[in-house]
Amino acid sequence: MADAKGCLSLQRITKVFPNGSGQTIPVLQDINLEIRAGGFISFLGPSGCGKSTLLRLMAGLETATGGVIYVDGEAVQGPHYSRGLVFQDPNLFPWLTVEGNLVFGPRARGNELEKGILEYFLELTGLTEFRRAFPHQLSGGMAQRAALARALINRPVVLLLDEPLGALDAFTRMQMQDELYRIWRAQQITVVLVTHDIDEAIYLSERVVVFTPRPARIKSILDIPLSYPRSRENPDFFLLRNEILKLLNLSRPEEEGEFVYAI
Amino acid sequence: MEATSLKTKTPASRKSRGWDKFFPRCRRLLPLILALVVLIGVWNLLTTGLRLLPLPYFPGPREILYELWRDRGLLGLSTVYSLRLLAIGYLVGTLGGLAAGILMGWFKWGEYWLQPLLRFIGPVPAPAWIPLAMTLFPNSFLASIFLLGLSSWFPVTILTWSGIAGVNKSYLEVARTLGAGDRVLLLRVAIPAALPSIFVGLFMGLGLSFATLVVAEMLGVKAGLGWYIQWAQGWAEYDKVYGALIIMALLFSTLLSVIFRCRDRILAWQRGLIKW
Ligand SMILES: Nc1ncnc2c1ncn2[C@@H]1O[C@H](COP(=O)(O)OP(=O)(O)OP(=O)(O)O)[C@@H](O)[C@H]1O
Ligand SMILES: [Mg+2]
Repeated sequence: MADAKGCLSLQRITKVFPNGSGQTIPVLQDINLEIRAGGFISFLGPSGCGKSTLLRLMAGLETATGGVIYVDGEAVQGPHYSRGLVFQDPNLFPWLTVEGNLVFGPRARGNELEKGILEYFLELTGLTEFRRAFPHQLSGGMAQRAALARALINRPVVLLLDEPLGALDAFTRMQMQDELYRIWRAQQITVVLVTHDIDEAIYLSERVVVFTPRPARIKSILDIPLSYPRSRENPDFFLLRNEILKLLNLSRPEEEGEFVYAI
Repeated sequence: MEATSLKTKTPASRKSRGWDKFFPRCRRLLPLILALVVLIGVWNLLTTGLRLLPLPYFPGPREILYELWRDRGLLGLSTVYSLRLLAIGYLVGTLGGLAAGILMGWFKWGEYWLQPLLRFIGPVPAPAWIPLAMTLFPNSFLASIFLLGLSSWFPVTILTWSGIAGVNKSYLEVARTLGAGDRVLLLRVAIPAALPSIFVGLFMGLGLSFATLVVAEMLGVKAGLGWYIQWAQGWAEYDKVYGALIIMALLFSTLLSVIFRCRDRILAWQRGLIKW
């Protein structure tokens, strides 16, 4: 692990959007975060707080209003294939087959495809039989696996996932969580996962970052001290879950004792 | 007994497989074919049979077929001339339209400079430019190419422009995170994504080209099917007029279906046919 790559460092990140009527809305405020190379970290926070924006900054699709993001000591200055991004919508190119989608990245950069690498990633994501299928012929889970493979084939050091499993049914979702875990282990890459699913965050990540409502600030960073591979039945799960719910102000008021009933 | 009958049946049914496919198609088209036969019969009755319709204007089917055969030399030549003009004019207009549309959809400056031109010139029907074209160009052939090009240029430009400008931004973002540069973004993402829209432009452009072709041939060029119709009408040879109309109908509908076929092949990815 001496030359492990994909260490991320966010330093005083702020982001302000114009809201269209001359004013500006702050979306991210003073975000400082260090992510170890090969780590798995999840972002949790209320809807609209700015998680996707932060991920897009890390991908290089947006520029920060203030602050710098370093990847292995180098400042992010635009998109790069070493930082793969997968959205909730798989966004496969509908005019290309699964295979065409996978090789898009290497071809776009004019690189020769490593021998056998296409087959490897088709196999890894269970799409070998569907390599010549068009995206509209795939199920939701398969399409999302293809989107993952399309990012992974570029050998990224960082994988940025924006609710990649959000559109899947509960069952497929759990299967895909296991696959994500498998891929993370096999590829030894840094994974940043934005999710709304607290269990998913606990099941997969080493650390969970909880954000405040907009403008997003880091409210708390939780270590998940469970060893891998994890089991969904682990009783510690529920303790962690409650803790996160409390941080998100989502636990029931009676438990918090915030409400005093007047008689 | 049964075994032998099975044996004898197998090769026969294999042979008739092509017919099995062909037959339902025939059955589907049968009412249409019958209707056509009846229509021709009625027409024949009204003209050659009962002579109910005034004559030079409404010849019977037999006269038209006869004229088609007798004047095949000139008709064939006219068809070739029309096709040549159409092909060159449409090609010029389409290439110009694709270029203008891509510039407008992809580059800010392209939109800024070309949009006024498109707004101003585009809506004017191409035949309105005939007087200008005739004086600008040394001969009527080049003038007609200009007119045909203009008429297909407009819809191809508009639909290429809107297709490229409307490409799903996520495709472009995904491509950028995969390492695509500007050239790849345009050639391998924006243009393929805009193809469905571009094809609509190609159809509309072809339709407008037909109209302009016929008008141009009737007014200026001394060749082609449009000219032939005009000329035959001058001699009150209406059987020739109808013959040329039939050829025109066949020609134009064939050309349209050629584009349809191309589209179906190129846009095969669009059809939501099979779900795995
Ligand atoms: N390009 C933009 N221009 C203006 N405002 C934007 C832009 N992108 C995002 N915003 C605003 O920034 C805020 C945060 O958006 P973001 O998509 O990051 O939230 P999120 O945390 O990912 O929410 P969700 O959990 O619902 O996906 C929102 O209020 C949104 O309206
Ligand atoms: Mg989001």
